[in-house]
Amino acid sequence: MSKGTLFDKVWQTHRVGTLPSGQTQLFIGLHLIHEVTSPQAFAMLRERDLTVPFPERTLATVDHIVPTENQARPFSDVLAEEMIQALEDNCKQYGIRFNNVGSGRQGIVHVIAPEQGLTQPGMTIACGDSHTSTHGAFGAIAFGIGTSQVRDVLASQTLAMNKLKVRRIEVNGQLRPGVYAKDVILHIIRKLGVKGGVGYAYEYAGTTFEQMTMEERMTVCNMSIEGGARCGYVNPDQTTYDYIQGREFAPKGEQWEQAVTWWNTIRSDADAEYDDVVVFQAEDIPPTITWGITPGQGIGVDEAIPTPESLPQGDRAIAQEAYQYMQLSPGQPIQGTKVDVCFIGSCTNGRLSDLREAAKFAQGRKVANGIKAFVVPGSEEVKRQAEAEGLDKVFTEAGFEWRNAGCSMCLAMNPDKLQGDQISASSSNRNFKGRQGSSSGRTLLMSPAMVVAAAIHGTVADVRNWID
Amino acid sequence: MTQVKQISGRGIPLTGDDIDTDRIIPARFLRCVTFDGLGDHAFEDDRRQMNGEHSFDQEVYQGASLLVVNANFGCGSSREHAPQAINRWGIQALVGESFAEIFFGNCVAMGVPCVTAQSEDVKSLQTAIANTPQLTLTLDLGTMQIQGSDELTINVSMPEGARQSFMDGLWDSCGQLVTQIDAVRDRASQLPYLSWA
Ligand code: SF4
Repeated sequence: MSKGTLFDKVWQTHRVGTLPSGQTQLFIGLHLIHEVTSPQAFAMLRERDLTVPFPERTLATVDHIVPTENQARPFSDVLAEEMIQALEDNCKQYGIRFNNVGSGRQGIVHVIAPEQGLTQPGMTIACGDSHTSTHGAFGAIAFGIGTSQVRDVLASQTLAMNKLKVRRIEVNGQLRPGVYAKDVILHIIRKLGVKGGVGYAYEYAGTTFEQMTMEERMTVCNMSIEGGARCGYVNPDQTTYDYIQGREFAPKGEQWEQAVTWWNTIRSDADAEYDDVVVFQAEDIPPTITWGITPGQGIGVDEAIPTPESLPQGDRAIAQEAYQYMQLSPGQPIQGTKVDVCFIGSCTNGRLSDLREAAKFAQGRKVANGIKAFVVPGSEEVKRQAEAEGLDKVFTEAGFEWRNAGCSMCLAMNPDKLQGDQISASSSNRNFKGRQGSSSGRTLLMSPAMVVAAAIHGTVADVRNWID
Repeated sequence: MTQVKQISGRGIPLTGDDIDTDRIIPARFLRCVTFDGLGDHAFEDDRRQMNGEHSFDQEVYQGASLLVVNANFGCGSSREHAPQAINRWGIQALVGESFAEIFFGNCVAMGVPCVTAQSEDVKSLQTAIANTPQLTLTLDLGTMQIQGSDELTINVSMPEGARQSFMDGLWDSCGQLVTQIDAVRDRASQLPYLSWA
């Protein structure tokens, strides 16, 4: 049993009581909703004649289904139009703030809440979306929930939960050039497995995370769920406070002082006890790419597709399935693999710093012939800032398309989709079969810089070749 | 509130580890505002690729109510569309080597028990069903066993809290949470950040 960790403290602070089932009733400080997982929850509220007692603790936006090219209403996809209208109506009826398309505040739910200063240390945050773990970067306990639980939060501002165990994942040292936060989390999942985190909250600690910016920490926490952990967090520090200060919903004046004082108390104690501790060294982490159909099937860009014999017994069946689906052979180097589509965006890597880094490598180069490459900012605000810096020009001159904000081809609920068995180099978070809109489409996950390298070469390439 | 103590019906095997929510219900079917109709699209892409060989397409398994899966079933997204699709196809309980956490929680919230068993037991259960699809299986949450014929009885497990909530009919948390609204308001009043900004 963990003791004295941030997780323990935040859990305790938000505990309402124990339910007859033995579960904890946990208060949810911030509830985020979007068009995909909320309409059925509102329908359940109506069915049971329930109200929303804390509407100001919920924020809505639309991200999954929004087209990123033509956003004129009504959307040309009638189902998408129906979903956005349902959200508009529900928010109006229950008095919930809605960051709609064109408001300047719309975007992927996990991008906009931090950006507006809503995500803060010490909070409990829930959203009907598994990548809610992103918000843990601020030292919040943030996790994805299902639709029945969205109903529960709307109706009571609480959830019935079991406490998680806490694993401290320490990474120390300096990342090598060309190695990013995305590589760190892909490496962790590669080593601990996609089931390694089941039943755990991940605490990311050590000098590597301490040196990371907030956006980098978000990339890491975002993919905690890909490692099986329901949530992941970094203890708040000066980097966290500097990021929050001055944002729209950040505490101001005297309240800011109170906030920082409180935030400092919720950090894990120096003598905190963990259920498990794992340690990695930053210098050992290469630019990492997934070659298979789970985010745990990662390898260094210099490596070859693993042979079955080189894998633990338990990983062989899924590897066999992956060779076949991905049309890749064991022993074949991943570098040089031809790609068709290059996608930069998503709640993992669709923030300003990701676009800046990608633009650095796209500058003065050209996307290879026959490659479709496009950049989708994570929010309207990211788009505005990127354009103010001229990043859109850098991308379009290099042959990338520049789009409006949304989830886009991360899961392809909008018109952006792979066709047939096309293979993508993608900065998103999931490489499951059929994830990017075609039932035989294939996905290689990597950092945005590596996506640019793939776009320019037309094949998987090592971005370090551009770094002296 | 309905108690869930025993589920009887025919079984249906679905082999493979790490079957994720995108495979259970491909994202294009999430473009909807109700869960109605999702049952028709459960495993749609896998089924199409397997040309009628997928167990959900096989005649002998139509009408089955116990789904037998392998490890890490339901990993991936938190979308309740996945268990809803399986449930609306006709499944009332799942047996597997292990389940992804959010998937398991979603099933509890829907009143659909997911129990785990030893890997060998799951595999022999899958084989037994494939050999005798008409076999009636009974999952008993009281004895924590699945029984088919005399030779086929396996022990299953489930976290005690979840098991108890099925037995007592407390699996639908919403009502219990709502009745605590005074305690909720009290807790809220003690959270420093609720009064900021
Ligand atoms: S960007 Fe992808 S992972 Fe993130 S919320 Fe959207 S669909 Fe989900």
